[in-house]
Amino acid sequence: MSAVLSTHGLVARYGDFQALYGVDTELHAGEAVALIGANGAGKSTFLRAIMGLLPVAREMVRLDGEPVGGTPTDRMVRKGIAIVPEGRRLFSGMSVEDNLRVAIDQAARMGAKGGWTLQRLHQLFPILAEKARTPVQSLSGGQQQMVAIGRALLCQPRVLLCDEISLGLAPKVIREIYAALPEIRAAGTAMIVVEQDVGLAKSASDRLYCMLEGRVTLTGNSAEVTREQIGEAYFGAGHAVV
Amino acid sequence: MQWFDALVQGVLLGGMYAQYALGMALMFGVMRIVNISHGDLVILLSLIGISMAMAWGLGPFTVLIILVPLGVFMGWLLQKAILNKVVGSDPLPSLIATFGLSIALQNLMLQIWSANSRSLPGEGIESRSIDIGGIYIGLLPVIVLVVATGLTWGLDLTLKRTRFGRALRAAAADVEAAAMTGINPRAVYALATAIAVGILGFAAVFQALRSTVAPADGAAQLIYAFEAVIIGGMGSVWGAFIGSMVLGISQGIGFRIDPGFGVLAGHIVFLIVLATRPQGLFGKA
Repeated sequence: MSAVLSTHGLVARYGDFQALYGVDTELHAGEAVALIGANGAGKSTFLRAIMGLLPVAREMVRLDGEPVGGTPTDRMVRKGIAIVPEGRRLFSGMSVEDNLRVAIDQAARMGAKGGWTLQRLHQLFPILAEKARTPVQSLSGGQQQMVAIGRALLCQPRVLLCDEISLGLAPKVIREIYAALPEIRAAGTAMIVVEQDVGLAKSASDRLYCMLEGRVTLTGNSAEVTREQIGEAYFGAGHAVV
Repeated sequence: MQWFDALVQGVLLGGMYAQYALGMALMFGVMRIVNISHGDLVILLSLIGISMAMAWGLGPFTVLIILVPLGVFMGWLLQKAILNKVVGSDPLPSLIATFGLSIALQNLMLQIWSANSRSLPGEGIESRSIDIGGIYIGLLPVIVLVVATGLTWGLDLTLKRTRFGRALRAAAADVEAAAMTGINPRAVYALATAIAVGILGFAAVFQALRSTVAPADGAAQLIYAFEAVIIGGMGSVWGAFIGSMVLGISQGIGFRIDPGFGVLAGHIVFLIVLATRPQGLFGKA
C-alpha cells in the first residue's frame, strides 16, 4: 500500500533554531495516525512544515509520491491537504457562516471535488446551523473548534491535519468533537491527529508516532503499543537527552 | 437659511471626500496597509487625464473611461511590485515604502508637469447649477455625490457578498489562516489595491473638474481620506462615506463662520471624534 502523504528526513528550523531532525512518517489512504509528544517536541512544527508554512526542501514531503515540500500553503490546500490549526485561527469579525463560506468559495474556485457540504457539516455539528449568523469571536471554545474543523473539511481534503483540537476544552466538549472523527474518516479522509492526551490519541487512531525533541522516538499500532513504551518515548527515558 | 445652505454644500463637498476615502477604507480600514501615496496617485491620475484631454481634445467622460482602468493597473502594479513585499501584521514597512513612493511621485510630477495648477475642461458641466428654493446647487457636485454613493454601495456589497470580498476579509483577519483555507493572499491583495486605486480614477477626474490640481496637492487629499476613514470607523465602507459627510459638513459650516476657518473646522471635528470615540462612529471596538 503506497502512502498518500509521507515525509522523508524532514528537517525544519526557525532561524538558527532547529526544530525537526529528520522525521520520517507515512500516512496511508483512509488511515488515522496520531502524533503525540510533550510541549516543544516539534508536533506543530511538523504540521506547519507539511503545509508549506516553513521552508523545507522539495523532496522532504511527498504527496502521492510526488515531491511537494515547500509548496505555498494555498497550493497545498489545492492539492488536497487541509489543517485545523492550533488555536483555531478563525476569521474574527466574520460570522460562522462567512467563515465556512470562505472555504466553500475557495474549494469551488479550485474545482475541488468532495462530499462535504454545509448541510452535511450541520448534521455533524448541529450547533453551527443554529449559530450561523453569530460572529465567531462570541462562540464558546468548543463551538469555535467545530467551525475550525468545518472550515478545513469544506476545503474537501484527502488528508486532514488536526493540531491539538482538544486544547483548552472541557472533557465533555472534547468527547463531542472526537465523536465526529470516525464520521470524517468514513468519508475516506486520512488524518494526522496531533494530541497531548495519550489515551485520546490511541483511541482515535490506527497507528501512532511519538516525538521527542524533533525526532520520532516510537511508532507502532495504536492498539499494541504499551503505556510503558509510550512513557519512555514521550519523556526520553533510556534516550540520551541533550 | 444660510446654515441650511452650508449644510447642503457640506454634504456635496463630502461626496468628493468620499471618493478619496473609499480606496483608503479598503486599504487602510480593511487591509491595514498605510498608503501614504494615496493622494499623490489621485493627482498623478488627474494630471495624466488633463494632459490627455488637452492633447486629444477628450471630454471628461472619455477621460474617466480611460483613467479608471489605468488606476486599476497602477494599483495592481503598486501591490505586486512594492506592497506584497512588505505585507504583514506590522504597518510600518508599508508606511515607509509608500512614503518614499509619495516623495518620488511628487518629484516625478514636478519634473513632467511643473508646479503650475491645472484643471480639466468640463464642457460646461462644472459651472451649471440648479436653483432649489433659493439654494443654488451645482450640477457637478451633485454628480460627484451620486457617483460616490454608487461606489460606496458597490464596494460595500462586494466586500459582504462576493467570493473576493470574503477572501479579502479573511486575509485581513489572519493572513496565514486564509492561506490554510486555500486563499492566495497576494493575489487577493493585488486585486483589492487595484480596486482601491481604480476608485481614485473617479476621484481624479472629479477633482480636476471642480478645482485645480498641482503636483504638491496630494497631501491634503491623503489627510482627508485618513480622517474620513477614522471618523467612520476602521473596516466599515459606509462608515467612511458617513465620515466624509461629517468632514464635508464641518468644513461647510466652518467656511460659513469664517472663510479661513473651514479646513480647520474639519480637523477639529476629527480630533473631537478621535478623543471621544476613537473606534469611529461605526467601528466595533
